[in-house]
Amino acid sequence: MACTGLCDLLVQGGMDAGLAQFISLFFGVVLVATVPLLTVILLIWVERKIAARIQDRIGPNRVGPLGLLQTFADLMKLLIKEDITPAAADRLLYNAAPIVSFASVVLIWAVVPFTPYHYGVDLEIGALYFVAVASFGTLAIMTAGWASNNKYALLGAFRVVALLVSYEIPLVFALLVPVLLAGSMSLVDIGYAQAGMWFVFMAPLAMVLFFISSQAETGRAPFDLIEAESELVAGFNIEYSGMKFGMFFAAEFLHVFTNAVLLAVLFMGAWFFPLWQEPLIGFFWLGVKASLLYFISLWLRNTVPRLRIDQVMSFNWFFLVPVSILNLLVTALLVMVMKEIGWVPLDVAGNMALQLGTTLELLPMTVVLFASNVLIMLPIFNRLRRIGREQREAAEVRSRQRLALTPAGD
Amino acid sequence: MQFDFSTIAFFIFSLIAISGALGVATNRNLFRGIIWLIVSLFGVAGLFVLLSAPFLAAVQILVYIGAIAILFTFAVMLTRSLTRLTDRFNRLWPSAIVSGLFFVLLVVGVIWPVWGSTNAYDVPASDVVRTTVDLGVVLLAGEGFVLPFEVASLLLTAAMIGAIVIARDADEEEERQ
Repeated sequence: MACTGLCDLLVQGGMDAGLAQFISLFFGVVLVATVPLLTVILLIWVERKIAARIQDRIGPNRVGPLGLLQTFADLMKLLIKEDITPAAADRLLYNAAPIVSFASVVLIWAVVPFTPYHYGVDLEIGALYFVAVASFGTLAIMTAGWASNNKYALLGAFRVVALLVSYEIPLVFALLVPVLLAGSMSLVDIGYAQAGMWFVFMAPLAMVLFFISSQAETGRAPFDLIEAESELVAGFNIEYSGMKFGMFFAAEFLHVFTNAVLLAVLFMGAWFFPLWQEPLIGFFWLGVKASLLYFISLWLRNTVPRLRIDQVMSFNWFFLVPVSILNLLVTALLVMVMKEIGWVPLDVAGNMALQLGTTLELLPMTVVLFASNVLIMLPIFNRLRRIGREQREAAEVRSRQRLALTPAGD
Repeated sequence: MQFDFSTIAFFIFSLIAISGALGVATNRNLFRGIIWLIVSLFGVAGLFVLLSAPFLAAVQILVYIGAIAILFTFAVMLTRSLTRLTDRFNRLWPSAIVSGLFFVLLVVGVIWPVWGSTNAYDVPASDVVRTTVDLGVVLLAGEGFVLPFEVASLLLTAAMIGAIVIARDADEEEERQ
């Protein structure tokens, strides 16, 4: 690796080359890890304000201008709380679970490409790394549920793990579509491949599936039975108080934003924008796209009611998994066919190379893939509407029968 | 023996893998044993990275730690009586002695050929550097491993169907009949 920047400065100052490189890498790691930590402070405020406005109230408005310092006040409160560990709890695992949970989210930021030149590391397997690290969070939640030595926590942990493991399947299948289109699992390559056309126009269904699965993975409404406050007394984090709870809390918010950033990178063109193209402007646009998707997630959270665990499971296995598999198969087939026809830009070796195509060249391919996605969803939607209508009519008939059987005024 | 970062990384990952395995075998709390197993699998994933197989490392974490270890944990959480074993020695000491001897035999057999000769250590962890693209091509190429790949997927499907049949409610079946 070339010794530039900070490394060069240190070597010129007389430090050993290996040590200088280690220190500069270390500072790079600290920088990349600090970005999510600073983001989460702002995110909590954004979340509370938007939730409040949707619920027709104001939200935090006393601490600092517009309530901006509310997060710091909460942080202070959590830090000075008594650090309780239940007597019969497994001490080491109990204390390690929030750390692992938070670490699993921050680790994802190592592969996020902020600009074409600024990223933590360009892993060859970036997309797979993201899914693997997210599965660490599942482990942390289960450890928390078990180590708390509490029946409610254990029940919560069971449900959560079933949910999280099930929703990894449509997540991975939906993730495979941009990997397929870009020809590489590296997030930087996927970003470059969207130079001509964003993947949201080529694979809208995959984006929706990824969005839904990631909502379920992070435990956002309507899938927030993970910490269903009204049912399970806060689920797996009953026994957690103080800063340990704060870590779970921050990890959840950060995870939602991280998924929004990944959605923006995978589908909405990472750092590209039609008009003005500089790396720093790309960083700004990535933030805008991620914030837009985060807002949609918050909007959804504060609008729809919670689903039951059996509804969640049947939604996954009867709807998401078949649709995501079908989507992947149809997309792969169409891409193969279009490669033969010649509508897909290729590089010199004959491999698919979307980054070499201009928007106009990619237009026929986009139209075909978009039409295929619409054609997949139309019959499914119609069938679902019909089923919904039948169920509603059956329920109405039943309620009318019940009213007829009970004598009025009795 | 040259001390560069890959050697240090190899030592660290091997240490993690071996200590994890030791923890699994010696811990009396079954749940803690699973956590040690996860630590050991993590070390193995690191060794995969050193062997220039990042794909396998990620799949190791995703499948072994993210699915199989969680399955183990479910099994342990639902059989509560085994989480606190109190005997220090059980009745299997003859097989323990046999496996101890086998271990010594294996260690001697691996170390003896390379004992003393210094040029055997200069080989990097992997002198063949292949990318994930090569792995994909080999798995699916006609003259590659496509047949074992497809047979493995058939095997997994059969296992899944078998699990569903076994786990199905017997009452449900009687009701339907």
